[in-house]
Amino acid sequence: MNAELIHRLHFAFTVTFHYLFPQLTMGLALLIVVLKTIALRTGLDKWDRAARFWGRIFGINFVFGVVTGIPMEFEFGTNWARFSRLSGGVIGQPLAMEGVFSFFLESAFLGLFLYGEKYLSKKLHWFSAVMVFLGSWISGFFIIVTDAWMQHPVAYAHLPNGQYEVLSFWQLLLNPWGLLQYAHNMTGAVVTASFVMAAVGAFYLLEGRFLSGDADYCRMFLKVGVIAGLISTIVIIFPTGDLHGKYVARHQPAAIAAMEGLFKTETGAGIVLMGQPNEETQQIDNPIVVNDALSFLIYGTTKAEVKGLDQFPRDQWPTTLPLLYYAYHIMAGLGTYFVLLMLGAAFLLWRGTLHRTRWILWLLLISFPLPYIANTAGWMTAEIGRQPWLIYGLMRTSEGYSSMVSAGNGLFTLLGFMGLYTLLGLLFTVLVYREISHGPEPKAKAAIAAD
Amino acid sequence: MMGFIWFWLVAVMIVGYVVLDGFDLGVGVLHLFLVRNESERLATLRSIGPVWDGNEVWLLAGGGTLYFAFPLLYASAFSGFYLPLMIVLWLLVLRGVSLELRNHLDLGVWRSLLDGVFGLASALLAIFYGAALANVLRGVPLQPDGYFFLPLWTNWQPGIAPGILDWYTVIGGLVALIALTLHGALWLTIKTSGDLEQRARRIVTPLWLALVALTVVSLVATIAVRPASLDNYSHYPVTFIVPVGVVASLAALWFWNRNGQPVKAFLASSVYLFFMLAGACWGVYPTLLPATTGSANDITLARAISGPHTLSVGLAWWTFGMALAVAYVVFVYSRFKGKVDAAAPSH
Repeated sequence: MNAELIHRLHFAFTVTFHYLFPQLTMGLALLIVVLKTIALRTGLDKWDRAARFWGRIFGINFVFGVVTGIPMEFEFGTNWARFSRLSGGVIGQPLAMEGVFSFFLESAFLGLFLYGEKYLSKKLHWFSAVMVFLGSWISGFFIIVTDAWMQHPVAYAHLPNGQYEVLSFWQLLLNPWGLLQYAHNMTGAVVTASFVMAAVGAFYLLEGRFLSGDADYCRMFLKVGVIAGLISTIVIIFPTGDLHGKYVARHQPAAIAAMEGLFKTETGAGIVLMGQPNEETQQIDNPIVVNDALSFLIYGTTKAEVKGLDQFPRDQWPTTLPLLYYAYHIMAGLGTYFVLLMLGAAFLLWRGTLHRTRWILWLLLISFPLPYIANTAGWMTAEIGRQPWLIYGLMRTSEGYSSMVSAGNGLFTLLGFMGLYTLLGLLFTVLVYREISHGPEPKAKAAIAAD
Repeated sequence: MMGFIWFWLVAVMIVGYVVLDGFDLGVGVLHLFLVRNESERLATLRSIGPVWDGNEVWLLAGGGTLYFAFPLLYASAFSGFYLPLMIVLWLLVLRGVSLELRNHLDLGVWRSLLDGVFGLASALLAIFYGAALANVLRGVPLQPDGYFFLPLWTNWQPGIAPGILDWYTVIGGLVALIALTLHGALWLTIKTSGDLEQRARRIVTPLWLALVALTVVSLVATIAVRPASLDNYSHYPVTFIVPVGVVASLAALWFWNRNGQPVKAFLASSVYLFFMLAGACWGVYPTLLPATTGSANDITLARAISGPHTLSVGLAWWTFGMALAVAYVVFVYSRFKGKVDAAAPSH
């Protein structure tokens, strides 16, 4: 077996699994701040109970995020030693800053938020929720900065021993690629959290629970989830997705061509809505195309020329091209569906009939996994699109993995992670389902003692 | 100068990790055989509940700091210690998840299984950390290109081509296991009350005796395996303060535990861990990772250090960030100070 492939799969598998958790916690942290703020302003206890409930869900996700996140930092060294050796002076910086600036903050205030409500004043408890939000969003920022440097290296010097060094700290942190990616990615996290919140509200409503009076959580969750969902699903397309896409088109034209399945350069290039890329014949099979749309989206005019893959030497084409194409199309297709669904739900919410419209409640319920898929597909688009480069234009992926770690040893630990994470996934599902099916009302005394 | 500073900054973060996560690892080991019923077990786990994940952050922050300050060391050591590091990761995952599950699920017999996993993972982690440090002190078969790969074991002897585990690194693992278990026992004497507190205090005695014996054995073994460990000490005799500090902190630990001053005893144990680690670091300085294949292959400070601008920029934010971090840690610990109340609801 090929060691490079094993190391790529190793990182891809562990990071994909890991990101299922932070995308919820980052989005949910914001929504918990919303709940706590309303609780503080209205003084109504049900908002505090709701925040406590989502705090428990957050807590479970946070622990799974932490334990699956620690391997990510290690894998830079264990599986990508040659890359780390040369680039550690640059990307080690944001990674270390994530630990120093975000994790301490986040874990400290999460402990206070989850365990300290009875010791803290209402304002201080609200403050701890804000700090958890801040910590998780700072954490996301440093990860994006790291990735952005690999996508679009800036502010570096090449030392005589081959290592890269930071030339400007602020340029590294304010890499335009990173800022666009950050806006897009964090909006994606809010999409996930709002879909989950709306789905839980819909679930309770369809089950006929928590309908009335002081405990009408289903309406509360639907309302917060749908409003946050409408805003975030729009923002993720426009302006964040739009701007990010244009930036990618300018700086990684081969990636855009592969994402769109554009084998040949065209003026007035169309967007392929569906179809299967065929690398042998270099065309899209069974295409459904909107003419001129791609030229318009990238350059703002329908007649602009868009470079196809034929403009690039074969060794600069993204590897695993069909996967890149599908990842991108899944992301974009789901993103379109999200806006439609949330527009419909928001309209019914405004008319006051959302809670009676069962078909859309069902749609909201069963759609909750889709943002996870869309976020994952988005990351796959970014990372596969960067191929064959590990650091775009500077280092190829084949030059970065740990040459001392054989394919056999790599496969051993990859299989280990697969087994362990399968178990984790099952346990996580059970834990979260129990919390949700129990709901936001305080637990019985006995259950509390065990908590 | 930058090299000297960053060497000790990384060392400080490792000490921070060992002192903080050390006690919750020790509590994990102890809860297997120290507690007698569910409410005691609850009190034991509650004593680390709000802080354990924050303690693990020190590992991440320390790893990140190592990564950008000494990229060559990070790359070489992490790929060379590939297998044990992966096992450490699995143990960290299992440990965190089993604790979280036990807190959320009320599942009778499964709960005992989770407790077992939690305790066993805690013990194995302590052993692996000790063995890892011993591996660094003993040296690894570095190639001229700065890389190596260690199997889990070879012939159980230190030598040119050792494994992760040999008789010397096993001693290191045992020292860590006993030291952290003792550290955890002292934490329990601070945080718990009644019968459990008394038992925690009593178990300190056998653990302390074992630790004194193992400390001596490990010291002798280290000098035998790598005589050069003493060089720095003989060049700068003032640094013999480190072994003196080890002995003094052990004595103070004993004294304060006997006198019922658990916080001071716990601090003495922290000081012991600090001196042991600092002593080990000083024993290899300015080498970061000695080679068993000849000192020309050593990974030294000068060879592994990042570029000058990276480091001076890093120093600015590191100082600021760690000051904040320490403030949070102090804040959180002060909020949760005092004995735990096993009967009270948490959230």
